[in-house]
Amino acid sequence: MKFISPGELRRLGVLGMNSRNVDYIGAANERHRFPLVDDKLKTKRLAQDHGMRVPKLFGVLSIQHEIQDLERMLEGLERFVIKPAQGSGGKGILVICERRAQEFVKSSGTVINLRDVKRHTSNILSGLYSLGGRTDVAMIEDMIVFDPLLSDFSYEGVPDIRVIVYRGFPVMAMMRCATHASDGKANLHQGAVGVGLDIESGFSVCAVQNNVRVDKHPDTGIGFKDLQLPHWQEILDLACGCYEMTGLGYFGADIVLDKYRGPMILELNARPGLAIQIANQAGLAKRLQAIDRLETVDRSIAERTELARTMFAQKPDQV
Amino acid sequence: MMSSKLQISLVAGLLIAVGLGLTLYKTIELDFPLLPGEKQDVWTLESKITFNPGDGPVEIALALPETQAGWVMLDEYFASSGFGFSVEDDAGKRQAKWTRQSQEHPTTLYYKLQVYRADISELGTSPVPSVVSPELSDDRRTAMERVVSSLRERSSGSVSFTALLLQQLAQGGMDQDAAFLFGTREATDLTVAMDVLSFAGIPSQRVRGVYLEDGRRRQQMSTLLEVFDNGSWYLFDPTTAKPGLPENFFVWQRGERFVLDVIGGTSSQLEFAIVKNTLPVKTVLSMEQQAGDKLMLDFSIYALPVEQQGMFKGLLLLPVGALVVVLLRVMVGIRTSGTFMPILIALAFIQTSLITGLVIFLTVVSAGLWIRSYLSHLNLLLVARITAVVILVILIMATLSIVTYKLGFEQALTVTFLPTIILSWTIERMSILWEEEGAHEVLIQGGGSLLAAILAYLLMTMELVAHLTFNFPELMISLLGVVLLLGKYTGYRLSELYRFRYLRKDWQ
Repeated sequence: MKFISPGELRRLGVLGMNSRNVDYIGAANERHRFPLVDDKLKTKRLAQDHGMRVPKLFGVLSIQHEIQDLERMLEGLERFVIKPAQGSGGKGILVICERRAQEFVKSSGTVINLRDVKRHTSNILSGLYSLGGRTDVAMIEDMIVFDPLLSDFSYEGVPDIRVIVYRGFPVMAMMRCATHASDGKANLHQGAVGVGLDIESGFSVCAVQNNVRVDKHPDTGIGFKDLQLPHWQEILDLACGCYEMTGLGYFGADIVLDKYRGPMILELNARPGLAIQIANQAGLAKRLQAIDRLETVDRSIAERTELARTMFAQKPDQV
Repeated sequence: MMSSKLQISLVAGLLIAVGLGLTLYKTIELDFPLLPGEKQDVWTLESKITFNPGDGPVEIALALPETQAGWVMLDEYFASSGFGFSVEDDAGKRQAKWTRQSQEHPTTLYYKLQVYRADISELGTSPVPSVVSPELSDDRRTAMERVVSSLRERSSGSVSFTALLLQQLAQGGMDQDAAFLFGTREATDLTVAMDVLSFAGIPSQRVRGVYLEDGRRRQQMSTLLEVFDNGSWYLFDPTTAKPGLPENFFVWQRGERFVLDVIGGTSSQLEFAIVKNTLPVKTVLSMEQQAGDKLMLDFSIYALPVEQQGMFKGLLLLPVGALVVVLLRVMVGIRTSGTFMPILIALAFIQTSLITGLVIFLTVVSAGLWIRSYLSHLNLLLVARITAVVILVILIMATLSIVTYKLGFEQALTVTFLPTIILSWTIERMSILWEEEGAHEVLIQGGGSLLAAILAYLLMTMELVAHLTFNFPELMISLLGVVLLLGKYTGYRLSELYRFRYLRKDWQ
């Protein structure tokens, strides 16, 4: 078992958990703004008010009685997602990609009927999928059709792009790809692959699974080497815009790429994890301090992304 | 405006300095020993007199203990709100007297004393009471004669006579005559024994006192039996027939005098709350010297009433346990289930001892988790589910107690010390964790909690730690300062040196 010395970590500018909590989350995020991002429904409404692109919301169910109306609400919807507003770890998300008469086809191909959909919704409301089992509300929203460019990079799940935004600047980004081992979830600690992305170009920098470098996706066999994300500028603009929207100084924006509608905000996280540093093989603290050294001038979103792209450009040979 | 970091450093520095300063003052100026050193058990007895007053004036007399058999009194204290109070000398014996013209409500009077046993010696001489043979009807007299002669036949003197008599009474192996004596009178073992002794012409008397047990709240007075033979006294416990003075028996009074006498009141009662403090001999001696000068004691927990002292003993250990948790979470990066759950588990371990506690804890939690996994299928509401778990935990603990007791392990009876609610919450949290994050995370957090609990337990049971926290509670102020500093620690956790190991240059 090998360890890295604290001196080397400091030299690499790696951000530790204590420093993240005290110096960044504690110092930059006001407590009363947390509910804005902890509840996906609030985030979505806020984003809609600010004209940000989000998966379209078809409806919300908040009490068991309303489930009677579910059939009417789903009328005419060819594909949709039902998910809990405060779900944890991607649980409780039902994805319906096709309808055949009275039946619904799940993304995995399983066919279920209306009663199954109702039971799932009822479980969401009673808090089965939510943190600590609290009662929750169910959101019905549009299904994301992955951009075909990315579909090979993820196995049985949505690949999403996590951008860490500090004081309105994008400081680090990665793409999280679900694997067979992660059970279709995009969480790195469950075995998903994290692909570090260069802030300047959207090119992949490095890919890791369970902290170890990998060259290709373990299930689909596609190499990450030549991956460059499309719509990169738009992705950065969207993430940075959430700074004005939420007022949070330090957060992670989760963005998905839709085949038809382009980048969309999926959710925000006020306590983003530190594994992104391993995927990028680079330290966050260094970049955060660089932002802190900037003169405090109000800059527009375009100016901020422009500046960040030059500041954090990562040449492939650097790693 | 000062930066918050500077502010905290200043406040923390000040707190640490104040705590250490007070500790130093107490060590240097007041001679409190910093290290435990040689120990002496000091017992604090709080006698509580309760009664219902009548219409007229009330007068309460309490015979005060004479310290004998090596016991030394450090301090005594009377509480007598609204009563006239005096300590009187009644035929060479001290007695406390409370008086009042009228009293309407039931009331409580206190007498507190601190004693320790400097050396273990026997009781000294005492005037020999004259023997008065009990008055008996004819048939009882015949029975009595038979009992006495049967005992005489089997014994060699007054002492063995008494031992034999008490053994017979204690074991219930009485012959018909003794059973007759016993059954026909409103009598206890003690009165029967004393009657038989008087009839046989052996001088005897009662010795009243208190069995000292740490933490007892409502201890009653007990009585020993003393017989005189060949110029010296011999003690017996009438309930067990064991000879000699029990080591933890504090003698209050010898002879037939009253202990508590209430005039003008009814339902009077005398009860004792008892706490043991193990103190360094040096402290005890200086307490003895300065019995009048209270300044030093006022600075310490010893100034508190006995019941609170006992409570504080445990309470003062909590910050030490909490510090362990803070260090493990902030500096090491160990994950625990519930922030301070480990301290509560450690407290339970102190009651049960470590190995027993661990075994019971693991058994109850795993059995609970197994049953809880069934409950989660039922999809119950949160409060109902936890209540169900609480009931299950109690059932499991009862089963465990009964089964182990039947198997002959009395130790497992301490299972009741494990707090039910804490166990239930542990099970509930672990179960949710299992469903949400998987068994791996349960092992990590459960293991982390147990590790923290064991470390906290080891630290909290260290003699030095108990000595320091109880004698120098001001060290807690310093601890507060340290915790404030830890709250601003932004360095790496030990676990992160492992987590980020792949960022090492030579690894790639």
